[in-house]
Amino acid sequence: MHEMSLAESALQIIEDAAINQGFTRVRTVWLEIGKLSCVEKDAMSFCFDAVIKDTVADGARLEILETAGQGRCARCGHEMQINTLYEACLQCGSYGMQVVAGDAMRVKELEVE
Amino acid sequence: MCMSCGCGANGVFVRGKRQSGKTGAPARFRPHAAGTPLKDNDATRIVRLEQDILAKNGAYAARNRELFSSNGILALNLVSSPGSGKTALLVRTLQALKNTRSLAVIEGDQQTDNDAERIRATGIEAIQINTGKGCHLDAEMVERALRQMRLPQNGILFIENVGNLVCPAAFDLGEAAKVAVLSATEGEDKPLKYPDMFRAARLLLLNKCDLLPYLVFDIALAESYARRVNPDIRIIRISATSGEGMGEWLAWLEAHQKESNRHAPA
Repeated sequence: MHEMSLAESALQIIEDAAINQGFTRVRTVWLEIGKLSCVEKDAMSFCFDAVIKDTVADGARLEILETAGQGRCARCGHEMQINTLYEACLQCGSYGMQVVAGDAMRVKELEVE
Repeated sequence: MCMSCGCGANGVFVRGKRQSGKTGAPARFRPHAAGTPLKDNDATRIVRLEQDILAKNGAYAARNRELFSSNGILALNLVSSPGSGKTALLVRTLQALKNTRSLAVIEGDQQTDNDAERIRATGIEAIQINTGKGCHLDAEMVERALRQMRLPQNGILFIENVGNLVCPAAFDLGEAAKVAVLSATEGEDKPLKYPDMFRAARLLLLNKCDLLPYLVFDIALAESYARRVNPDIRIIRISATSGEGMGEWLAWLEAHQKESNRHAPA
């Protein structure tokens, strides 16, 4: 389950920020997870709760912001919302939509004290 | 939610039906001005980070890629389900190339040294990474392995990832290309079931083709599904047992190795 190592990476970003920005407790963490990123939202929540024990983020509330997938057709340039990587272009019918948005995994903001 | 691995009921479908998961309204994101308290008399403040979760892995991968490039090494990340015949294919490939090329292998598995032993039997150096409970290799693990091995100067490094079509897709190891192996004893629709991996791969080796006469596997359908996910993917029908397709695969390796050598400093 790769969400565990992604949760650990997110925690490391938070711990680095705690040192650089001088906070000692995190109340809320906002993660942005694109619909086309290979992350299962609930698995991420589960793993995040597991990795934050006894850290600066212990007990923090996790808010996951799911962003929609957006693709551009490699053949005709049509842009549309996509939920999978194998959707056909609604304009010309060809496969291979290039992902232009919705594949990000980011630590967006923290509420800290 | 599954309590053994944490997979979420919200994303799970049984017989095409979404399983009921956690209830409650989805979280709403309200952007705040960075550094400002949320409310009056509240001791909290908002820190804006906007940092990519994979950035650290990406930094290690960039370092690995630089090392490969400066040594003229073609590094390939071999990915597949368990049992697709990756190691058998690799053994046959090493035997074909070992007299003319500098070669090395990094083996990733959760447990055991068995695959590295199979590689070493060919006379090629192999280093085994055991990920323990981990389901994929990451760029930092590969960097650690690289420090402990002799680099195949101007040759080819094969990185055999943990057998898993899901997790390794997200982790760049610094390779020149991901090579996916799908065998004829699996389902034709694997490219649709695990699209991230087939999108990320540059080459698809359709292995165990010698068994096609005995199977109901529709190879043209498997290829069309792979191209639906990734229209640019190159596909080679191959068999590690009969040797079918090996010539095409070795030619692909040679062409890509020349490319890596061209980028190496003189």
